[in-house]
Amino acid sequence: MTTTSSEGVRAGAATDAVLEVDGLGVEFPTEDGIVRAVRGVGYRLGPGDSLGIVGESGSGKSVTATAVMGLLPATAKVRGSVRFEGTELLGLSDARLSDIRGKGIAMIFQDPMTSLNPVYTVGYQIAETLQRHHPDMKTREARVRAVDLLGTVGIPGPERRVDSYPHELSGGMRQRVVIAIAMANDPDVIIADEPTTALDVTVQAQILDALETARAETGAALVLITHDLGVVAGHTDRVAVMYAGRIVETGSVEDIFYAPRMPYTLGLLGSLPRLDREEERLTPISGSPPSLLNLPPGCPFAPRCPMRRDVCDRDEPPLRPAGRDGHLSACHFAEDLVGTGAEQVFDAVGADSEALARFADATSTGNREEDSV
Amino acid sequence: MLAYTVRRLLVSIPVLIVSTFVVFLVVVNAGDPVANFAVSRQPAPSKPAVAAFARHIHADQPVAERYWNWITGVLHGDFGPSVQPNLDIGHDLFTRFRVTLTLVAAAMVLALLMAVLFGVFSALRQYSVADYVITFLGFLFLAMPVFWFAVLLKQAGIRFNQQTGSQFLGTIGEKSPYLEVDTTWNQFTDRIGHLTLATITLALVSFASWTRYTRASMLEVLDSDYVRLARAKGLRRGKVMTRHALRTALIPLTTVVSLDIGIILGGAVVTETIFQWHGMGEMLVQAATSIDVYRTMAWLLLSAVIVIGLNLIADLLYAVLDPRIRYD
Amino acid sequence: MTDLKAPGSPGTEVPRADHEFTVKQRSQTQLILRRFLRHRAAMISLVVFLLILLWAFLGPHLWHYSYQKYTPDNSQPPSAKHPFGTNAAGYDAYAQVMRGTQTSLKIALLTALGSTLLGAVWGAIAGFYRGVVDAVMMRVTDLVLTLPLFAIALVISSRTGGDWYWIAIVIAGLTWAYVSRVVRSTVLSLREKEFVEAARALGASDARIIFRHLLPNTLGPIIVNATVLVATAILTETALSFLGFGVQPPDTSLGLLVSQAQTAVDTRPWLFYIPGAFIIAIALTINFIGDGLRDAFDPRQQRVRQ
Repeated sequence: MTTTSSEGVRAGAATDAVLEVDGLGVEFPTEDGIVRAVRGVGYRLGPGDSLGIVGESGSGKSVTATAVMGLLPATAKVRGSVRFEGTELLGLSDARLSDIRGKGIAMIFQDPMTSLNPVYTVGYQIAETLQRHHPDMKTREARVRAVDLLGTVGIPGPERRVDSYPHELSGGMRQRVVIAIAMANDPDVIIADEPTTALDVTVQAQILDALETARAETGAALVLITHDLGVVAGHTDRVAVMYAGRIVETGSVEDIFYAPRMPYTLGLLGSLPRLDREEERLTPISGSPPSLLNLPPGCPFAPRCPMRRDVCDRDEPPLRPAGRDGHLSACHFAEDLVGTGAEQVFDAVGADSEALARFADATSTGNREEDSV
Repeated sequence: MLAYTVRRLLVSIPVLIVSTFVVFLVVVNAGDPVANFAVSRQPAPSKPAVAAFARHIHADQPVAERYWNWITGVLHGDFGPSVQPNLDIGHDLFTRFRVTLTLVAAAMVLALLMAVLFGVFSALRQYSVADYVITFLGFLFLAMPVFWFAVLLKQAGIRFNQQTGSQFLGTIGEKSPYLEVDTTWNQFTDRIGHLTLATITLALVSFASWTRYTRASMLEVLDSDYVRLARAKGLRRGKVMTRHALRTALIPLTTVVSLDIGIILGGAVVTETIFQWHGMGEMLVQAATSIDVYRTMAWLLLSAVIVIGLNLIADLLYAVLDPRIRYD
Repeated sequence: MTDLKAPGSPGTEVPRADHEFTVKQRSQTQLILRRFLRHRAAMISLVVFLLILLWAFLGPHLWHYSYQKYTPDNSQPPSAKHPFGTNAAGYDAYAQVMRGTQTSLKIALLTALGSTLLGAVWGAIAGFYRGVVDAVMMRVTDLVLTLPLFAIALVISSRTGGDWYWIAIVIAGLTWAYVSRVVRSTVLSLREKEFVEAARALGASDARIIFRHLLPNTLGPIIVNATVLVATAILTETALSFLGFGVQPPDTSLGLLVSQAQTAVDTRPWLFYIPGAFIIAIALTINFIGDGLRDAFDPRQQRVRQ
C-alpha cells in the first residue's frame, strides 16, 4: 500500500489495488463562495490493507470518504479519480454505483444513534442489504443470516435482538448493528467514519474489537477515519494525516508516531496523553483550522505553525518523500526534521510549544546562513 | 393500546365538560335573545309573550342550572330549545353534519394528496426552479383569503357551465333540488359536480401549510444519517426514497393534519356560505345571527367532539406508524 | 466531525471559521440584522408592508374623497379621478380601500400586540415558576387552545356591534395561548442557563429575572410568532367581516369591501379584485417578513444558494 499526492508521487505497482484514490478534489458552492473541502487527496489500498486517516473537524476526512462512496450531494463538484478493483467510480451512474455500495465498499457512520432508521427492526435493516445484493435470498434465509451477523459482532441474544427496533438498543449495540450491516455482503473495503467518536470511552474499545472481527471475517481492507491518533495506533498499518483538505503527512504507524516529518503531526502527537512518556504536560495546537473558503496561498498550517518562515506564506509545499520509503510529508522543512532524531523531536514537543518554537528558531538560524550563501 | 384509548377517552370527558361550560358562559353572555325577540318581531310581542319566550328558551334560569340541564339533556339526545319554533336541534345538527362531513373529508383527502405530491417533489428538487415556484405558490395560497378565492372559483364555475352548456359544476347548494327521484348515477354525478368547487376551495386552506410541512420534513429526513446509510448499503434510489425517506417523513404529518381540523371547520363555514350549502356552516351563521344559544352550543359541542376524536385517532395512528411511540 | 451532513453545512460552518480568523466578532444583534438584510424576499416585503401601512394611515388625510361621502360618479372604472373606480352608490373605491386597509391593519396589529403581550407574560410566568403554577396556567392555555377560533370569534363578534377593537380583543383572546406555549418552553430551557443563575445569585427579584433576563431572550420566537399572528388576524377579521360578523357599515374593512363586491366580479371587477389584492399583499409580505426573521434568529436554517 502506498499513498500518492495530487502531484502524482507514487510508489508501488497499481495492479493489485482494491481501492485507489488519486488527485481527489471536492468543492461545494455556497452563498459565500466556493468551499474547497478536499484538495488533491490520493491513497492506495491493497487487499486486506488498513489505512488510518487522521485530522481535525473540517479537514476533509469525511468528505473524502463520502466522495469515494459517491454519496456527496449533487451540488458538490468532484475531480480526480476513484478506482475500485480497476473500475473508475467517478462518473459512474448511480445505479451502477449502488451495485458496488454495500457489496464492494461498505461504510460505517459516526453516530449510531442516527444511523439506523427508527421505524424498522434491526433485522429488517440487515436483511435489506443482504437481499439487495443477493436477489435470490429468501426472507427466512436473510433473517437467519442477520442473526448470525448480530452474533458475530458481539450482540448477546441475537435471536431476540433481531426483532428489536433501534431505540431499544444502546449506542454501542447500535454501532455493532451498523458494523453487521457493513460486513453483511463480504465487502472488499470497509470505510469506518469515526466509528467510536459518539460513544462512551468504555464502549469504544469493544466497537473497535467488533470492527476487527468484521475485518477478520471478510478479509476487507479498512479505511479508519478518526481524529484520535490513539485509535489509529492499534488498528491500522498506515496513517495519513489530513489538514485543510489535503494529506500533509503519510507513512507507516511507526513513521508517523516515532519520526514525524510535519509540525502539524508533531502538534497532534503533543496533544495526545501518553503513558510511555514522563512529561505530563500536553501541548495543544493554538488556533483553529483555516476556512476552506478563499484559502490564502502558502501552507495552510502556517498561521498555527511555530516553525513558520516566509516561504510558508508564499508556497504550499507538495507531498514528497521524507525519511523512509513510503513516508511522505508536505512541509518545506521536513528535511530539518529528518536531521533530528525522533527522541529529540518528541522532547521538544513534549515539553511545550515554546520548546517547539525554540527548536524552530534554532533551525531558522541555520537556514538563514544557507540563504546568504 | 386499548387501555390507553380508554384512558384517553375518560380524560377527554372532563375536558369536554370544562370546555363546554366555559363556552356556554361565553355564548350565554354574548347576546340577549329575549331582548332580540322583543324588538325584532312585528308587531311587538306582548309582555306575557316575551316572558313565555324567555321561559321556552330557559332564559329565566340561572346559568349553572341551564348548563346542567343542557348537558344532561344532550346525553338523552335532547339538545335544548331553539329560538326558532319547531326546530329539532339534534335532527338539524346531524342532517347538516352529514353534508359537511362529505365536504371536509373530500377537502382533507385532496389537500393531503396534493401536499404530499408537491412537498416531496419540492424537497427532491431543492433549490430548483420548480421548488421555488412551489414554495412561492405555497406562500401565495397561505396569504389568500378563502372567501375571495371561493367567489372567484364560483364565477369560474358559472362561466365554465355557460361555455360548455352543461350544468356539471354546481355552484349553489350541495345538490340539485328535486333530484331525489332520479337515478342513482345522476344523483351521484350531481353530488360530485356540486362537491368539486367547494372541495377545491376548502382544500386550499390547508394545502399550502401541509406542503411546506411535507417539504421541510422530507428535507430533514433526506439529510438524515439513516438515509445515507440506506444508500451506502447499495439500496436503489427509488427504494431509499419510498421505503426510508417518505415512510419516515410522513409520520409527523398525522399530528399536523389532526391539529388543523379546527381551521378546516372554520374554512368550511366560509366555503358553505359562499356555495350556499345547507351544512354546519349555515347552521352556525344562522344560530349566531338569531342569537340561538342551544343551536350554537350544539354546533360547538360537535366540533369539540370532532377535534378531540381526531386528535386521539392521530395519536393512535402515530403509535402504529412509529415504533418509538408506545402507549401502555 | 460534521463536514458532510448537508449541502447547507459547508455554508454554515465556513462563515463561523471565517470570523474567527479574519473578521472581528459581531454582536448577536448585528448578526441577526445582517442575516435578515440578506433575505431578499423579506427585505422587499418589509418595504412593501411599510408603504401599505403609511398609505393606509396617512393617505386618507391627503385624499380629496372621503370613504363615507357619495360622489356624483356611479360605477366608474378606475380613472385618474378615481384610481380604484367607484361603486354603484358612487363611493370612491380608493378612499374606501384606504379606509378598509387601515381598519384591517389596525385590527391585525392590535390583535398581534395584545395576543403577544398576554401570551408572553403568561408563558414566562408559567415557565419560570413551574410546578403547580405552571400546571394550572397551562391547563387554562390548553382550554383556550381547544376553542375553535373562527366559530367562537363569529359567535362573539355578532354581539359586539362591530367596533374594530372588539374584533381585535376577541381574536387576541383566542390566540394568545399559542404564544404562551412557545414562550413557556423557551423559558423552561432558558431558566437553567448560567446567566439566570448569576442574576439570582446577585439577588435579583423574580420579576426582574422574568422581564430583564428571560423575556428579552425569548424575543426571537416571540417576534416570529407575532408575524404569524398578524397574518392570522387579518385573514380571520376579513373572513368575519365578509360574513357580516366583523366590521359593520358605515365603517369598512377589506373583507367587507370584498363581500359588497362579490356579486359584481364580472360587472365591476375593480371593486372585487383590488381589496382582495390588498389582503393578499399584506398577508404575503407579513409571511415573508416572518420567514426572514425566522432564518435570521435561527442560523441553523440558513440556506445555501446555488
